[in-house]
Amino acid sequence: MSGGAHQPAPMPPVEQRVAALEALLTERGLVPEGFIEEVTRRYETEIGPMNGAKVVARAWTDPAYKQRLLADGTAAIAEFGFGGAEGEHMVVVENTPAVHNVIVCTLCSCYPWPTLGLPPAWYKDPPYRARMVREPRALLAEMGCELPGDVEVRVWDSSAEVRYLVLPQRPPGTEGMTEAELAGLVTRDSMIGVARR
Amino acid sequence: MDGIHDLGGMQGFGPVAHSPAEPVFHEPWEGRARALLEVVAGAVQPNGGEFRHAIERMAPGHYLTSSYYEHWLTAAATLAVEHGLVTQAELDARAGGRFPLSGPVHAPPVAEAGSEASEPRFAVGDRVRVREWHPPGHTRCPRYIRGKEGVVVRLDGTHSVPDIEAHSTARRYEATYSVRFDAASLWRDGQRGVSVHVDLWDSYLEAA
Repeated sequence: MSGGAHQPAPMPPVEQRVAALEALLTERGLVPEGFIEEVTRRYETEIGPMNGAKVVARAWTDPAYKQRLLADGTAAIAEFGFGGAEGEHMVVVENTPAVHNVIVCTLCSCYPWPTLGLPPAWYKDPPYRARMVREPRALLAEMGCELPGDVEVRVWDSSAEVRYLVLPQRPPGTEGMTEAELAGLVTRDSMIGVARR
Repeated sequence: MDGIHDLGGMQGFGPVAHSPAEPVFHEPWEGRARALLEVVAGAVQPNGGEFRHAIERMAPGHYLTSSYYEHWLTAAATLAVEHGLVTQAELDARAGGRFPLSGPVHAPPVAEAGSEASEPRFAVGDRVRVREWHPPGHTRCPRYIRGKEGVVVRLDGTHSVPDIEAHSTARRYEATYSVRFDAASLWRDGQRGVSVHVDLWDSYLEAA
């Protein structure tokens, strides 16, 4: 084919598109000095699953706290100072020997930022969002979370204002551990519900 | 709209590219794109519905072949153009080629949002059916539950209806509910002992 008139214009690499938008917004005075670095640093160091892990470890060690957490997740999580965007309406769902919970957002990427940070790439990608509501047992097994057939599976699609956090079961053999040591055992995957621990 | 973003239950996707330890940002541009989204959001103050709809309007092929950070970049640039902060021509010139933006809004503006607030029509334990309808604009009612029956398991207070706020300065506040659907009622091959809970606004539902 000659002339290229019928070829779609090639899309510039994403890095160039980011740089283009950044330059234009900066020229309009909309990007404060250091803002981009500050946002990046905040998500890399302050907001992440280490926050949710503290909540879980306290629920494992303090029965009164666990009761408050399951009754009003937003208020109990706020006791740690965690709250704000994408954490304004928190519901905590508890795993038990008989019940396994897992969270998904089929329509976009809703996720509890104050307790888990920004979602991992796979949580936002089509395979997870398409399959978790249709074949959760098979998908969980594929992801390394084999559940006995008699364990009930509850999938929570975050389609409105509530954001969910899974309270995993406390691992056996951790009786002597402190709250801080327990927090070190809690994984992001267990608080999404794609792992039992 | 029945868009590519509405993925629940679609078949043909392969394995989840899952890694238990994943960095927040894989590449520096991802963090910059994330921050630019916050810059644009601060300047144009989109509501949640308008923002999400800017992603939903992406070309399906682009949506499926780009990461979510690129979705956020595309939405940020689209909102920046639609609100007059920058132009498509400026973006193209700076990027060195066509900067793909999301497609136009096809929903008519909401002329009449109805009363500002409504009382919850349902209580925990009520059986409800999801309305079977296909609005041309933004909605938070996924396709895979339309026409299906479930049970209300939780009331979550009263919130602005996204279908209205995305296309209007008017607001309508309705109860939202968490509704439990048995997998067997959603899918022909749905398993026993599996339920899917979806959070829905009052006007998405009717009594079953």
